Amino acid sequence: MPIHDLEKTFLDKIEREIKIEPRDWMPDAYRKNLVRQISQHAHSEIVGMLPEGNWITRAPSLKRKAILIAKAQDEAGHGLYLYSATETLGTSREETINDLHSGKAKYSSIFNYPTLCWADIGAIGWLVDGAAIINQVMLCRTSYGPYARAMVRICREESFHQRQGFEILLVLSRGSDEQKAMCQDALNRWWWPSLMMFGPRDSDSTHSDQSMKWKIKRMSNDELRQKFIDMIAEQVKVLGMTLPDPDLKWNAERKHYDFGEIDWAEFWNVVKGNGPCNKQRIEARTKAWDEGAWVREAAVAYAEKRKEKQPQTPKGALEAA
Amino acid sequence: MTTKYYYGDFGESGSGEITANNKKNVGIHSDAAGHDWPLWEVFIRSKQGLDHKHMGSLHATDAQMAIENARDVYTRRMEGVSIWVVESKHIHASNPDEAESLYDPANDKAYRHPTFYDLPDELKHM
Ligand SMILES: [Fe+2]
Ligand SMILES: [Fe+2]
Repeated sequence: MPIHDLEKTFLDKIEREIKIEPRDWMPDAYRKNLVRQISQHAHSEIVGMLPEGNWITRAPSLKRKAILIAKAQDEAGHGLYLYSATETLGTSREETINDLHSGKAKYSSIFNYPTLCWADIGAIGWLVDGAAIINQVMLCRTSYGPYARAMVRICREESFHQRQGFEILLVLSRGSDEQKAMCQDALNRWWWPSLMMFGPRDSDSTHSDQSMKWKIKRMSNDELRQKFIDMIAEQVKVLGMTLPDPDLKWNAERKHYDFGEIDWAEFWNVVKGNGPCNKQRIEARTKAWDEGAWVREAAVAYAEKRKEKQPQTPKGALEAA
Repeated sequence: MTTKYYYGDFGESGSGEITANNKKNVGIHSDAAGHDWPLWEVFIRSKQGLDHKHMGSLHATDAQMAIENARDVYTRRMEGVSIWVVESKHIHASNPDEAESLYDPANDKAYRHPTFYDLPDELKHM
């Protein structure tokens, strides 16, 4: 089939909401766009474990430790689902991971901020996972099948992340004056970076347009951000805390909250690698990778040894037929 | 040599060439990068009495490790009572361009469906 016919079939599927599957013809640019977006999403899940991992040993109770470990496990799983989805587009796992380690691939800038106190873990769950959920719920309807399926699985697991975060803050908000202050301080520091998670304004976004046409994204950055703000501005009342934006006000006409200007200079600065923890995060990842080399080698050696010893048909193979 | 595949597109010989539409060798990486472990497809039976369903894929050195990893990744919330893993290269798939040929022969055979038969209303339980 000539290329323009293939393209027509492809666009027709997009138009009719038929998912694109790995073996279907797709434009190179669509494939490239997906590889970039899905792998960055995967990296974000993986790097996202670092700021929280910082508090696993310091969580205030055994219950909180267990919860935080469970959350970090989920995030590792999300990373895996998404790396697998990236692989369906013809890039190898290693290549994708190399791109993270070399700094070629980006991940969500939010994880370049430090977690200074326990309340930060609450703020991350509520605000950072909350923002991620808004984005991911939209992505359940993305046009690429494997990405959409990964998102459905992820969304199912995410809601506990946000709830446990809010609960951490709720406990602090009902605690001593010092705990209340901790809670407010964490919100002050995480609010603006959370809004930046949705990316540049629609008028400045480089990738949004084509992504919308191909239905990779279904809502614009600004729409998603507004949705998030409307949700959080209401929920914060339950905490009896405030959000650090004097311009945050309900607009009855728009039926949305108005909000102040995001510091875009800070946003671009962190994206470009000059955030508080950019260097530290990548170092932690490459260190883990390098120090895990012997484990990977040992696993291969062990598998080979076992293969030599074992008969070719593993037990249980027949039952599976 | 590093073998690379489009997902679900593993050819017949296992030679590792990309045979998807645009035949582009997307990012073959250097030997220095090391090697991925084989890719496995994971199928999970969520409940006794139901079919195993495709859940996703993962890398593992062998079947046992694939099952262990699948358990850790895909069944953290009682999603399954049984796991199958199969190395991805053993899956052969039909060609999506030929999907129509799967539907065509059935298109004009409406009599294969129960609703094709117009029977009197008095007839119960059928
Ligand atoms: Fe996640
Ligand atoms: Fe999460």
